[in-house]
Amino acid sequence: MIVPTHQEVEALELSLSVAWRSVVFSLPPAIVIAWVLTRRRFVGKTLLDALVHLPLVLPPVAVGYVLLLLFGTRGPIGGWLDRSFGIVLIFTRNGAALATAVMSFPLMVRAIRISLETVDRGLEDAARTLGAGPLDRFMSVTLPLMLPGLLAGAITAFSAALGEFGAVITFVSNIPGETRTLPLALYSALQEPGGEHAAARLAVMSVVLGLGGLLLSEWFARRVRWMLGR
Amino acid sequence: MSLKVVVEKRLESFMLDVEFNAPTPGIVALFGPSGCGKSTTINIIAGLLAADRGQISLDDDVLLDTRRQVAIAAERRGIGYVFQDARLLPHLNVASNLGYAQRRARRAPYVSRERVLAMLDLEPLLSRRVHQLSGGERQRVAIGRALLSQPRLLLLDEPLAALDRDRREEVLPYLETLRDQLSIPMIYVSHQFDEVLRLATHIVLMQSGTVVAEGGITQMSLDPKLRGLIGPDAVGAVIDGTVIGEDPASGLTRVQVGNGEIKVEAARLAAGTRMRVQLLARDVIVSTRMPQHLSVRNSVQGVITAIDADGTGKAGGVGSDLVSIDIGAGASILARVTGAATRELELAVGTSAWALVKAVSLRGHSFPAPSPPLERGGAT
Repeated sequence: MIVPTHQEVEALELSLSVAWRSVVFSLPPAIVIAWVLTRRRFVGKTLLDALVHLPLVLPPVAVGYVLLLLFGTRGPIGGWLDRSFGIVLIFTRNGAALATAVMSFPLMVRAIRISLETVDRGLEDAARTLGAGPLDRFMSVTLPLMLPGLLAGAITAFSAALGEFGAVITFVSNIPGETRTLPLALYSALQEPGGEHAAARLAVMSVVLGLGGLLLSEWFARRVRWMLGR
Repeated sequence: MSLKVVVEKRLESFMLDVEFNAPTPGIVALFGPSGCGKSTTINIIAGLLAADRGQISLDDDVLLDTRRQVAIAAERRGIGYVFQDARLLPHLNVASNLGYAQRRARRAPYVSRERVLAMLDLEPLLSRRVHQLSGGERQRVAIGRALLSQPRLLLLDEPLAALDRDRREEVLPYLETLRDQLSIPMIYVSHQFDEVLRLATHIVLMQSGTVVAEGGITQMSLDPKLRGLIGPDAVGAVIDGTVIGEDPASGLTRVQVGNGEIKVEAARLAAGTRMRVQLLARDVIVSTRMPQHLSVRNSVQGVITAIDADGTGKAGGVGSDLVSIDIGAGASILARVTGAATRELELAVGTSAWALVKAVSLRGHSFPAPSPPLERGGAT
C-alpha cells in the first residue's frame, strides 16, 4: 500500500523533471520581461503586458494547440529547430516543459514584478555613485534584493508546472515514460475501469507534493528575509 | 582650484536656477530652508538627475556641459555621495559594503582602507549586518564607503538629519576629522545652521531655487540674508581665531580674534591651533568706555561700522538694533542692543566701542576650526 508502483514513481520523476526544466527555461526571460515592464516606458508596453498574461485567460487546450502549430515538426519554429539543430519538442518531455513554462510564465512574471517594485531605487543610485555601471548594478544590487520574490515566483511556477494538464496533453500527448506526468497519469487511471484506487493514490501524491512545495517556499522566504535583514 | 556649478532645471513647484563657484578643498555648505532645491542641486552634481541646462566643472575637468553635449555618467564622475538615509546595501555586511566601494574605485587610491577604518572607528563594526547598526554607525559606514570609492568630491546630503541630538554629536567630530585630515572637497547640504557653523569653510545660501549669497563663513555670518534664515537667537559673528595659550589665572584658553583676544572654556589646546568661535549677538554687550569693575572676562575693542535695525523700522527706534564692530584683521563682532541703548550711548558709525562677552556664554560655541588654508576670501 505504502510502496509506490513503478508507474507512479515514473510519473512522479517525470513531473519533477518537466517542472524543473520549465522553471529553468522560463526564469531568465521572465526576469527580462518583468524588468522591462517595471522599469521601461515604451510604445506597445500594454500589448506586451497583455501577451504575457494571455495564457492565464486562454483555455490551456488552446495554448497547447497554438504550440502545436508553432513548434510541430512542420510549424515555423519547430521545423527550423528540427532542421538546424535536430531538436524535436513535440511528444517529448522538453515539449512538456515548454508547454508548462508558457502556462506558468504569467505567474512567474507577476511575482518577479512585485518583488522588483519593492527594490529601493535609492540603493541602485547609491551603487551608481560608488562606480557601478548598469549591468553591475543589476547583478550586485537589484537581483539579490529581489531574490525573495524571485524564489516565490520560481516555486509557484514549479508547483503550477507539476499540475499542468490541458496544454501538455494537447501539445505532447500522453506517452507513458515520456510525457505522462502526474495529472496525466491520474486522468488515465480514471479512464480505466476500476482505476479509482490508483487515481486516489496519485491524488494523495499530488497533495503531498504540493504541500511540501508550499512549506519549502515559506521556509526559503523566511531565510532570505532574514539574510536581507527585514 | 574650484568647483563651478551653473545649472537650470524646471521642477514641479519652482525653477531651479543655481550658480556658485566654491573653492576646493574645504567644506562648502549648501544651506537653506527645506525644499529650496539643495538636494536637487547635488543630485545634478552627482549625475543622478539630469539638468535642463548647465555646466559643472571640478578643477579642470568638465562633468557636465549641456551646450557641448557633455554629460559624464554618474558612475564615472568619481563623486562620492553620503545619503541622508545612508543607503547601505542590506544584503551585505559592513565589511562587504566597504569592499563594494573599494573594488569599484576608478582612481588610484589616495586614502587606504586602514586609514578610513581608523578615522571613522569602523573596525569594531566590520562583521556586523547593516540592520544591526545604530543610525550614527550607519552614517559612519556610509561615509567610509563613499571615501573608499576614492572620490575627488564628496557630497553629503543632510547626513545627520535622521539622527537624534546625541547621535549627531557622536558623528560631527568624525566629519571634522575628515575635513582636517583629507584634502578632499566636500559639499555639505543642511538646513541646520549649527552643523554648518561647525563644518563649513564656505557657505552657499539658497532660497526657493536660487543662490542668494555665498562666501566664507566669517563674512557670511555677518550677512543680513543669512540672519533672516537662521532666526534672531542664532545671529552672531563666527570668527576663526588662533589659540595663544592657557590663561593661568582663570584656566581658560586665550584665543586671538581680530586684533583682540577672548578667553573660552576649552580642552587644553596647543598654541597656534585654529579655533572657531561663535559670538551670539544677543550675548554681546557694547560699551563706549574701557570696561572696569565687571565680571565679564572678554572685552575686545573695535570700531562701529554699521548699526541696523534688527527688524523693520529705524536704528535707535523702539525695537532692538544690531551693531557691527570691526575688531581688525577682517573680523567683526555683531551685538544686539535695544534702540534705547543706541540713543543713550550715542552709538554711531566710526566711533570706538568695546564688545563684552561672558566666557561662560561661549560654552558650546567654540569648535576646532578648519586648519589653514581656511577661507579664500569672499568670492561672490
